[in-house]
Amino acid sequence: MIPLSEPKEGASGKTGRWRTEKPVLNKERCTNCLLCWVYCPEGAIERTEDKVEIDYDYCKGCGVCANECARKAIVMEDE
Amino acid sequence: MNEFNPTLKGLAAKEEILMPGHRLCAGCGASIVVRQVLKATRGPTILVNATGCLEVATTIYPYTSWAAPWIHSAFENTAATASGVVAAERAFEKKGLGKRSDVIAFAGDGGTYDIGFQALSGALERGEDFLYVLYDNEAYMNTGIQRSGSTPRYAWTTTTPVGPAEMGKLEYKKPIDLIVAAHDIPYAATASPAYWRDLIVKARKGIEVEGPAFLHAISTCDRGWRHDTGETVEIMRLAVETCYFPLFEVENGEFRLTSRSKAIAKRPELKKPVSEFLKLQGRFSHLIKPENADKLEEVQKGVDRYWEKIKKLCGE
Repeated sequence: MIPLSEPKEGASGKTGRWRTEKPVLNKERCTNCLLCWVYCPEGAIERTEDKVEIDYDYCKGCGVCANECARKAIVMEDE
Repeated sequence: MNEFNPTLKGLAAKEEILMPGHRLCAGCGASIVVRQVLKATRGPTILVNATGCLEVATTIYPYTSWAAPWIHSAFENTAATASGVVAAERAFEKKGLGKRSDVIAFAGDGGTYDIGFQALSGALERGEDFLYVLYDNEAYMNTGIQRSGSTPRYAWTTTTPVGPAEMGKLEYKKPIDLIVAAHDIPYAATASPAYWRDLIVKARKGIEVEGPAFLHAISTCDRGWRHDTGETVEIMRLAVETCYFPLFEVENGEFRLTSRSKAIAKRPELKKPVSEFLKLQGRFSHLIKPENADKLEEVQKGVDRYWEKIKKLCGE
């Protein structure tokens, strides 16, 4: 028997549990420019129809998105 | 070569190959490099991965975060493994058993500057057709922040401590781009994920050229560089803005500055002092102390000298 697994999200579990701070998106301010998406180390910014969403299952709370958002639409809050 | 004009909306529509929920640190630079490079693919792609953070953190046995064919090789032989993948596919194609894929190899600075260099140099000399991506975090981060051939002078690492006798690493960073370019390969370039468009266009060029291509991306490590996880992209931007890490490409022997570095060459007042880059990182905290102003000045002079050298090569 050869142990095999399919590639999948969460190969190391729900890494969102690592967070001490979480990014919170203000959809009013978001212009859907996708800079947070291209800079996210995790790929935890999901693109929806008109705005982005943060995938809290896997977001590790690094804060890159909040730092890079030109519109200050993402702020970090204590978990 | 087809016109490749990426927009964020277009790139975001492409499936992610490195899937979320891997074990790379919060704020890791390497995963940003990989995500951006993989947005440049043009079709079926096989990935080769040297031993290193990227490999151990994305393939915790028996799981994998890679939604593409992926092969792990040792530190020494990434370029040799990629050569083998290309050769096998060529043989299949010759026998009419399938078409060739694109091959991209990922390796860190330990696996490139030091341990994997012989295999890399050999593959470049043989003219193997793949893109080699070096994510450079300037030390052996996976094994505990030991210095590598890429660690810059005066940087703290666990094997180059800072104290009364020594002030971090005493040797200089190896000029890997110039060494690789000296192999006279069709394409070599540097990139910073902060300039995402520049990085993705270069990755695509590297995929499209016939023969070896080399992409050297700066890649912060918040554990090893001792910086705030949220400052990852900012630091990779400052590396370019201070000319510590100039953005350029070498296409068939012709050097050319790109993106922000090109702008700085035209308008030198845009160049920031290297201290802007150093002061966000704990590994250089000793250089910011007033009593070490002479060392900081030496680092600045080194950056200036390197920048002038690259500018001259690029005909600026």
